[in-house]
Amino acid sequence: MKNDLLIKICMGTGGLAAGGSEVMDAFKKQLRVKGIKADISKHCSIHRVGCRGLCAKDVLVDIILNNVKTTYQFIKPYMVERIIEEHVINGNPVEEWAVTEDYHQFHNKQIKVVLSDCGNIDPEDIESYLNVGGYDALKQVISTMSPKDTIEIIKKSGLRGRGGAGFPTGVKWEICFKETSSQKYIICNADEGDPGAFMDRSVIEGNPHAVIEGMIIGAYSTGADKGYVYIRAEYPLAVERLKKALNQARQNKFLGKNILGKKFDFDIKIKLGAGAFVCGEETALIASIEGQRGMPRAKPPFPVYKGLWEKPTVINNVETLANVPYIIRNGAEWYSSFGTEKSKGTKVFALTGKIKNSGLIEVPMGIPLREIIYDIGGGIENNMAFKAVQTGGPSGGCIPADLLDIKVDYESLAQVGSIVGSGGMVVLDENDCMVNIAKFFLQFTQSESCGKCIPCRIGTKRLLEILERITCGKGREGDIELLEDLANDVKATSLCGLGQTAPNPILSTIRYFRDEYEAHITKKKCPAGVCKDLLSYVVIAEFCKGCGACKRVCPSSAISGEKKAVHKIDPDLCVKCGACFEACKFKAIGKG
Amino acid sequence: MIDLKINGIPVSVPEGTTVLDAARFADIPIPTLCHHPKLSPYGGCRLCIVEIKGVPRPVTSCTTPVSAGMEVTTTNPNIEKLRRTILELLLSDHPNDCMVCEKAGDCTLQELAYFYGVRENRFAGERRIYTKRDGNPFLERDMEKCILCGKCVRICDEVQGVGAIDIAYRGFTAKVCPPFEKDLNCEFCGQCVSVCPTGALTGKMWGQKGRQKDIKEVDTTCQYCGCGCSLTLHVKRNEVIRVSSRENTINEGWLCPKGRFGYSFINSPERLTKPLIRISPKDKSEVKSQKSEKNSSLVTRHSSLFREASWDEALDLVASKFKKIKGKYGPDSIGGLASARCTNEENYLFQKFMRAAIGTNNVDHCARY
Amino acid sequence: MEKTLEKLYVDYENNEGNIISLLQDIQNEFGYIPEDAVNWFSVKLDIPASRFFGIATFYAQFHLAPRGKNIITTCCGTACHVKGSERLLNGLIKELDLPEGEHTTTDKEFTLEKVNCVGACSIAPVVIINKKVHGKVSADNLMKEVRKLKDKEVEK
Ligand SMILES: Cc1cc2nc3c(=O)[nH]c(=O)nc-3n(C[C@H](O)[C@H](O)[C@H](O)COP(=O)(O)O)c2cc1C
Ligand code: SF4
Ligand code: SF4
Ligand code: FES
Repeated sequence: MKNDLLIKICMGTGGLAAGGSEVMDAFKKQLRVKGIKADISKHCSIHRVGCRGLCAKDVLVDIILNNVKTTYQFIKPYMVERIIEEHVINGNPVEEWAVTEDYHQFHNKQIKVVLSDCGNIDPEDIESYLNVGGYDALKQVISTMSPKDTIEIIKKSGLRGRGGAGFPTGVKWEICFKETSSQKYIICNADEGDPGAFMDRSVIEGNPHAVIEGMIIGAYSTGADKGYVYIRAEYPLAVERLKKALNQARQNKFLGKNILGKKFDFDIKIKLGAGAFVCGEETALIASIEGQRGMPRAKPPFPVYKGLWEKPTVINNVETLANVPYIIRNGAEWYSSFGTEKSKGTKVFALTGKIKNSGLIEVPMGIPLREIIYDIGGGIENNMAFKAVQTGGPSGGCIPADLLDIKVDYESLAQVGSIVGSGGMVVLDENDCMVNIAKFFLQFTQSESCGKCIPCRIGTKRLLEILERITCGKGREGDIELLEDLANDVKATSLCGLGQTAPNPILSTIRYFRDEYEAHITKKKCPAGVCKDLLSYVVIAEFCKGCGACKRVCPSSAISGEKKAVHKIDPDLCVKCGACFEACKFKAIGKG
Repeated sequence: MIDLKINGIPVSVPEGTTVLDAARFADIPIPTLCHHPKLSPYGGCRLCIVEIKGVPRPVTSCTTPVSAGMEVTTTNPNIEKLRRTILELLLSDHPNDCMVCEKAGDCTLQELAYFYGVRENRFAGERRIYTKRDGNPFLERDMEKCILCGKCVRICDEVQGVGAIDIAYRGFTAKVCPPFEKDLNCEFCGQCVSVCPTGALTGKMWGQKGRQKDIKEVDTTCQYCGCGCSLTLHVKRNEVIRVSSRENTINEGWLCPKGRFGYSFINSPERLTKPLIRISPKDKSEVKSQKSEKNSSLVTRHSSLFREASWDEALDLVASKFKKIKGKYGPDSIGGLASARCTNEENYLFQKFMRAAIGTNNVDHCARY
Repeated sequence: MEKTLEKLYVDYENNEGNIISLLQDIQNEFGYIPEDAVNWFSVKLDIPASRFFGIATFYAQFHLAPRGKNIITTCCGTACHVKGSERLLNGLIKELDLPEGEHTTTDKEFTLEKVNCVGACSIAPVVIINKKVHGKVSADNLMKEVRKLKDKEVEK
């Protein structure tokens, strides 16, 4: 009697980049070679699973042998043979390649709703989703509930929009439901333009059917009979999986005419974004689906009243919609038992930057930031000192070390000048310059401004110019005040959310790291040693062993020195790339 | 009707009116750059911001409809500060060369800069530099002066239905241009010129001819076709140097390329001002006697020669010739072609004349294509 | 070209296309947006060419000039930024000997592009070479990859 064997290989974008498909081929080949023959292949299925969060350890592989799961990390094709040999055939897991304590720690404090099936099911196979209760919520809604009942549950659950603004989803649906119109639309916003966020991509790659199910329930509740998923073309894998999932849903009569035999028609189309961050903004998104330049328009009228083609339109974020089936299945009380009074449920964050366990996490609202950074994230990479977390991306702000104990929810973050936003969380350490970070975000928003309104079009440009001169040592007395003044005016007068929030990274870094700005302006120094123009590299003679590592990596031949003798950097030739700094094993290159 | 208060003054306007229109109706000024009453609302310049009680941030009055009981503030130190910042930003990306600008004295941007006293600019920085000159024959397009209010794009699309230009690129580099940044190749109605609030769009033939303050405006009716659009001639030293049209006219201020740019004939020395009668080349004496006259050049240049005549003489001659032809060959040997430049009444008279006086149905006019 | 355009036109009609999807199709077909294609559709659909141009220049996805054979895209999202994507970018510019302000090498072999975020932040910095995503890229590895591609060209 052979064993029950299931192999799961992480094949999200992260997994694929690390060589996921090669690993899968290797497994297939080895299974063949090792004569784990035909009768076994029935029991043995190789699953492609979506993101399980900890992409930094990819390729991750689960071997589930007789219901005992072993997870391996950093798997390369050459390792497959040994795993099959020792583990699958002989029953001895290869301990040295298995995941370590931090993998488990990463998962322990998380509560998974949206991500509960991501990483367990095969996203390209609807059966896999059906097996874990998929589309049960839809069946329940359609056969036993009225739109009003459904809206009531969503309202009671306290679910708020996960796309940034946090508007109560049930309320939005209710407004749309009450609008009288022969045509209504529901749009899933999968534009995810925030640089540093990949929650929505992972959800679609890992469990596209949950999003589709949520959309169908949304359509049923609001009276929409057409849906669109507006998704970035930069996410080819997500698009492909979504397409497959839509086809499977159609075959299973979850989409199309007379869904599940009831008088309810609904279908979903995919619209590919074409590379413009501002198209995440609702009215710009609508313009883009209509085939125009993605320029926002003034609200009111809000899209729920007058949206796509002037018809009532509900726009919801991917994660918002993916929550819906789980809420229906488990009840509003269950969902609202997580989180705080005003921020219910869980939220997915993309934890990245200088953190040990970077990846996708789902935590209850209100969890202390410290637990995210230290318990789930495992602390700062390379044992550097924590400096700040940037949340909310280009619309958000920074949270400094002394606020690490704040709770992560809509209200608390807003209080300290940041936002939950879409869920990007970039950890910064002592080597990050806060002026530079502000400049980075302004470069982003400035280049993504649509140009329609003056404060954003010219204002962000001027803000960026001031930051640029500060970081290159040309900052002037009064620049900080000028930044603050202009930032506030741009916020107050811009047309859409992009311009209204673009100055936030500046205001929040000034609020908590004013001294860094001052050092740049008055002392012409970058305390973190990031801003090139305020920085020079020197060899610290007492540490230099004369190994020549720095000399070899210097791209501009600025370093000279005999073997075993102290080396020297020619400041005129140095292009300040920092390659020597990183190459030196003896910390003998100093930044000054 | 909706009742609201603007700066404490009760105003009553029909439902659907914007706050801006309500304010203007009550004679309360609000500065605007991108608003045009006949075009769809845009909300791009943000100058028209006002505060509404209970709304957390300033809103643009040009896009916000009134609602009952609204309390609007159109001016206070905060609003004026924000407006000033917007202007300062605009001017930080503007050539600011009013000294040589065609539009000076008639420019909304200049007016606002004056009104808000923006001289120093806290935000001086990179400016868009566009050196390529559009080679089209009519419109001068100096896009460095463009403030991207989008009015030209909207008028070209919404009123003219042409869509010759659109906003291209985005953000700071956004730019109004024809496809692939080629030279403008459109109907040249110049509608865009008429709405541009700055010196970005002007007429090529207007250049250095005279500023607004030196101009005498003469209202008249266009001669080109029977529509009878109202024109305003801009006259300097008895020379027409530009044509525009007022918004409150039957043509709502819109004109076609002929009406707007086809005025150079008015000042042409070749223009006929008196009836001329053809003479045979044999009568050299008559030609000589005309040599000194103003339009002699014309008279001699053509293959035939003409002499000036009075209206009576000329009309008598025409009548006698018609009679002669009709008598000899019959009425259908004569055909009449009228002009689209005549009014309906004139064209009516003309066909009446052809049918009743000449006795033929051979009548047509040039705009029939 | 005419035939291809006809085919795209049929697709457009069948799939309720719009200008954006049309431009996406044109670019898939030709690798960039040729002016002639725009003019052809402008006449066919009676949509002003200015609209096409406005849209093609608004969205970062569209290219108005042919691109190189090999496309290298560096991610410049937040995570990649703090993990040193700028250095990779500068290294690539040098390695490819890109002329100032250009994205494509003079021999049309390579095009270097930036993208705001490919959503693979946890394996930052990320570089995409000819559609394959490379994570945790170091300058050394990257240059090796690029040189491999260069050598391939020489062999041909
Ligand atoms: C500049 C800008 C970019 C945005 N980008 C996104 C995005 O990428 N994804 C998203 O879901 N929402 C985005 N939003 C928020 C949406 O406008 C909208 O609020 C959201 O999709 C509503 O869905 P929700 O209620 O489910 O959050 C963006 C907003 C702005 C102003
Ligand atoms: S705020 Fe920026 S992105 Fe939004 S409408 Fe204005 S210019 Fe466009
Ligand atoms: S050219 Fe004139 S009308 Fe057109 S957008 Fe620029 S400023 Fe406005
Ligand atoms: S007039 Fe209202 S925004 Fe320009």
